[in-house]
Amino acid sequence: MYAYDEIDRTLVNERVAEFRDQVKRRLSGELSEDEFKMLRLQNGVYLQLHAYMYRIAIPYGTLASNQLRRLAHVARRYDRGYGHFTTRQNIQFNWIKLAELPDAMADLAEVGIQSMQTSGNNMRNVTSDQWAGVAPGEVEDPRIWAELLRQFTTLHPEFSFLPRKFKIAITASEHDRAAIKIHDIGLRLLKNEQGETGFEVLVGGGLGRSPFIAKTIKPFVHGHDILSYVEAILRVYNQYGRRDNIYKARIKILVHELGIEKFAAEVEEEWQQIREGVLKLDQDIIEDIRSRFFYPAYEALPAMPDELKQAAHDATFEAWRKNSVFPHKAQGYAIVVVSLKPVGKPPGDATADQMDALADIADKYSFGEIRVGHEQNLALPHVKKRDLPAVWKALEAIGLAIPNVNLVSDIIACPGLDYCSLANARSIPIAQEITRRFANHDTANLIGRLHINISGCINACGHHHVGHIGILGVEKNNEEFYQITIGGRADEGAVLGTLIGPAVPYAEVADVVEDIVEAYLALRAHPEELFVDTVTRLGVEPFRERVYATR
Amino acid sequence: MTSPLQQKIKITGPSIVTANRTWDGAVIYRTDAKSWSDELTDAAIVRTADEARALLTEAVADDLNAIGPYIAPVEVEADGAVKPGNMREHIRLTGATIALPAQA
Repeated sequence: MYAYDEIDRTLVNERVAEFRDQVKRRLSGELSEDEFKMLRLQNGVYLQLHAYMYRIAIPYGTLASNQLRRLAHVARRYDRGYGHFTTRQNIQFNWIKLAELPDAMADLAEVGIQSMQTSGNNMRNVTSDQWAGVAPGEVEDPRIWAELLRQFTTLHPEFSFLPRKFKIAITASEHDRAAIKIHDIGLRLLKNEQGETGFEVLVGGGLGRSPFIAKTIKPFVHGHDILSYVEAILRVYNQYGRRDNIYKARIKILVHELGIEKFAAEVEEEWQQIREGVLKLDQDIIEDIRSRFFYPAYEALPAMPDELKQAAHDATFEAWRKNSVFPHKAQGYAIVVVSLKPVGKPPGDATADQMDALADIADKYSFGEIRVGHEQNLALPHVKKRDLPAVWKALEAIGLAIPNVNLVSDIIACPGLDYCSLANARSIPIAQEITRRFANHDTANLIGRLHINISGCINACGHHHVGHIGILGVEKNNEEFYQITIGGRADEGAVLGTLIGPAVPYAEVADVVEDIVEAYLALRAHPEELFVDTVTRLGVEPFRERVYATR
Repeated sequence: MTSPLQQKIKITGPSIVTANRTWDGAVIYRTDAKSWSDELTDAAIVRTADEARALLTEAVADDLNAIGPYIAPVEVEADGAVKPGNMREHIRLTGATIALPAQA
């Protein structure tokens, strides 16, 4: 966990007071909606179909139990008793009243939670690997750098009116769980030959209407230079990014149009002017940030405790353990992923009661810490292996011991037309139906790793372009249709999926997914070949034939 | 952003003006009484572009109470019942098509 200091607390409290005044002036008519809109957006307040939506940042996906309890309180007191975890380590409340928002904001500020820059054309929540600091083999904890960037970019005057929103993600592991290649800037922490910490810097990734995989702009930037290098990128973007056309305003378009070499040259020129200036990080600053992250005092524990051996006789427990428990850097500990994808329920939603219970479980078994992942699941990052049976029972009691992590029913989905004012089609009911079709865990395990991502419009909040199976809702003559892509992935080998054919109507989407999965099971070279690898090997044609043969 | 009044108004059938209420964001409909209602049945029905523009103009003028007014299609049945003219408006009227996560 990271301990905020007095400067952070003052900043957040001042922001709450400022927003309270802005809301008061809006409700009295002193501010028009045109004047107020940008102010509310900069605090994460959107207007959706039925109500305001309030988006709250969970920097680098790290939450303390008292913070999760406070989110539960906000869900219960100001909303309808639940929250929705998003693909960018945020949580959204869908029914909050403008008049009550300042109170909700103040309640959250008391525990160091804020919503600054969760919307608007500025630097959004800096995201990272949800297993940061506990994953085996990590270069070092990427959250230290994420926190430096968070502080650097929060209310930075030069980054407050960018051509468009801007997202940074950081990973420090070989396997990219932070989807850095689909971010405006992706940072991969690594060591150079001298053993110094630095970053491979990628730029120009993003989904939406014009999807691009990020390109490497510099293979190694020393850690001491990362702020100046990021600033140089943002300055070039700020200068040349298109403000005349919202659809061409993201940095990915600039990088694409200029070409990575020319863009890199512009950044280099800018960087050389500022790299030895005030942004050069001295080691004391890095160490100060590092010192404010608290790590549990891990005990020396056996790798295979007796409690685990005994519990392995319970097939249900064992199915959950094999699916949802992952290796930890400390022997005798494990990372437990808590799937928020129950069969037939909206992906990524948690009720206030579940949040409270998870906070209790975290206190008892995970040093009071919870993580939020971009797949819309949670994780308990420091669970003693001997406690796994107890954690499983506690999760089962709240309906969250769901052994479907990374399987076909672990679906990423945006809120879609059930909530979102931008959506053309519904996402959640599609996800619900697919989870029902694949509710049998044996079948899901037989299929193996398979990521289905669903977006209700081209803005791609559900990351459909990089789903192993991607589903995009479109509207045709007032009817919901869905385009299906296959072969996408968001990890270190990120690639965009390929469209398999004409869009299909709402009622046929789950059938199509079943057809695709059946084709995969028949076509895979061996049981260990993942769906996405079969698509890479064979291309989309055999799947296209299967899906459209009878349509 | 272009004001709704600067946009070309083209309607192909009965239409209403709808918006979200400022203090809580709830869905509201412009009425004949130059006010707002959260019931679609209270909405003023317009059938020509001129009528729609007039209704939208007075709705936009009420910036204090309503956000983002716009013209939306409706269907008027033989018995006079008014129904939303598309899926989006149906969902705005009746709520999400899914069960909201219930509290235990």
